[in-house]
Amino acid sequence: MNAVVIAGAGQAGFQTAWTLRSRGFGGSITIIGDEPHLPYQRPPLSKEFLLGKMPVEKADLRPRAFYDQHRIDLKLGERVVAIDRANQKVKLGSGASIPYSKLVLATGARVRTIPLKGALYLRGRDDAERLKHALQQAKTVAIVGGGFIGLEVAATARTLGKTVTVCELQPRLLARAVGSEIASFLQQTHERNAVRIIFGESSPPAAEVTVVGIGVVPNDELARDAGLAVNNGIVADSRLRTSDENIYAVGDCANHEGRRLESVQNAADQGTVAAMNILDANTPYTTVPWFWTDQFDIKLQMAGLSDAADQAVMHGDPATRKFSVFYFREGRMIAADSVNRPRDHINVRKLLASTTPVTPGELDALFPL
Amino acid sequence: MALFSKKPQETARITYISDSGDSRAIDVPDGDSVMEGAIKNGIDGIVAECGGACMCATCHVYVDPAWLDKLPPMQNDEDAMLDSTASDRLPNSRLSCQLRVSKTLDGLIVRTPPTQQ
Repeated sequence: MNAVVIAGAGQAGFQTAWTLRSRGFGGSITIIGDEPHLPYQRPPLSKEFLLGKMPVEKADLRPRAFYDQHRIDLKLGERVVAIDRANQKVKLGSGASIPYSKLVLATGARVRTIPLKGALYLRGRDDAERLKHALQQAKTVAIVGGGFIGLEVAATARTLGKTVTVCELQPRLLARAVGSEIASFLQQTHERNAVRIIFGESSPPAAEVTVVGIGVVPNDELARDAGLAVNNGIVADSRLRTSDENIYAVGDCANHEGRRLESVQNAADQGTVAAMNILDANTPYTTVPWFWTDQFDIKLQMAGLSDAADQAVMHGDPATRKFSVFYFREGRMIAADSVNRPRDHINVRKLLASTTPVTPGELDALFPL
Repeated sequence: MALFSKKPQETARITYISDSGDSRAIDVPDGDSVMEGAIKNGIDGIVAECGGACMCATCHVYVDPAWLDKLPPMQNDEDAMLDSTASDRLPNSRLSCQLRVSKTLDGLIVRTPPTQQ
């Protein structure tokens, strides 16, 4: 038997399937997704789609015919409810059972919720349609959480002319994602656009629409119930294999060598590498992480992971709205966040991938202002 | 939704030629990008990992030189991103997500590179 079953129809699941097929895998490929929709991209849901600039179908990763053409079997509106590792089968909610030679868990993550009546969340396409509809009727919007989703929704709602308040429990925005320089720049950008931000507060003021964006939790229960190692996500080794050699974990649900990331880049690139390893490439996952967010006139591009930094160096003048913050650990660059400086961003990605060490003294030469 | 889907659409004919020489002509609606025209119609030489956000350089195309001056001008982020394409950047390289289709591009010919990743 040569059958790959992929649990999850998001970006990671899709990319796994397409990499297998485009690199010549001849066996069966089945993607099982619990939403009724074709696999789609999430990034536009908080931006172009919510703004009314794009119909929701445009978020589809590929049209239906693509899956037929490439013999990728989509089982939509279905969920894997159990893994029978001994017999290499997955059991679906409908009762059906599907055998696999390799199983890929791309089960994603779900929003963290709070007991707040009537609050809306934004994760999937249905959430986005609900939120878009609610925004059409509303004049006031309250947002709980000053993370990427909260700030993107705030910027979109403000652009649509709503009165917007953001509540953030921490004393600054994006505390887990970017350095304080970028956080305060984004705060100023929002405040300049008349978004009200309240720190140290998690209960929002009364508003016609309340949106909660306080992070996600990985969907790792399926793996845990099957006896796989789980720790803030499904534990995956350098090759993205779980503690069962026939089962891989990719994307938001995967804790790869102690790190779980939530991004398109991570989902797609892990899907690619898992597929290559299913094809016996024995490839470690080492891609430099990158991420982006669009808010008002700001395009913030992030490369590498800055959380272990012991030094941050401002490069350029935030007043020009074009600058980068470079992050160093023990004198060596580990990450950079760039605002409207795309060339800095792409060069950092290349330098981090090449493992060429970069010191603070080299910034002016490498990234001319 | 009807606003988007029911309106009769103008299209422009875009020809995509793969690295191995396979050619396909597709009528792409005005306002879509050359990348979207490819993705919706199963042109596998274009990947578009980031979905058109000018973040990934996997929708790289070589534009037929006769069409270069009819294209929308290149912005800084596209120019920067083109420095990281998996296949060589040439003078006629563009990111197809940044090429918005309009009547002036009717007849456009693009070639997809040997690899995008």
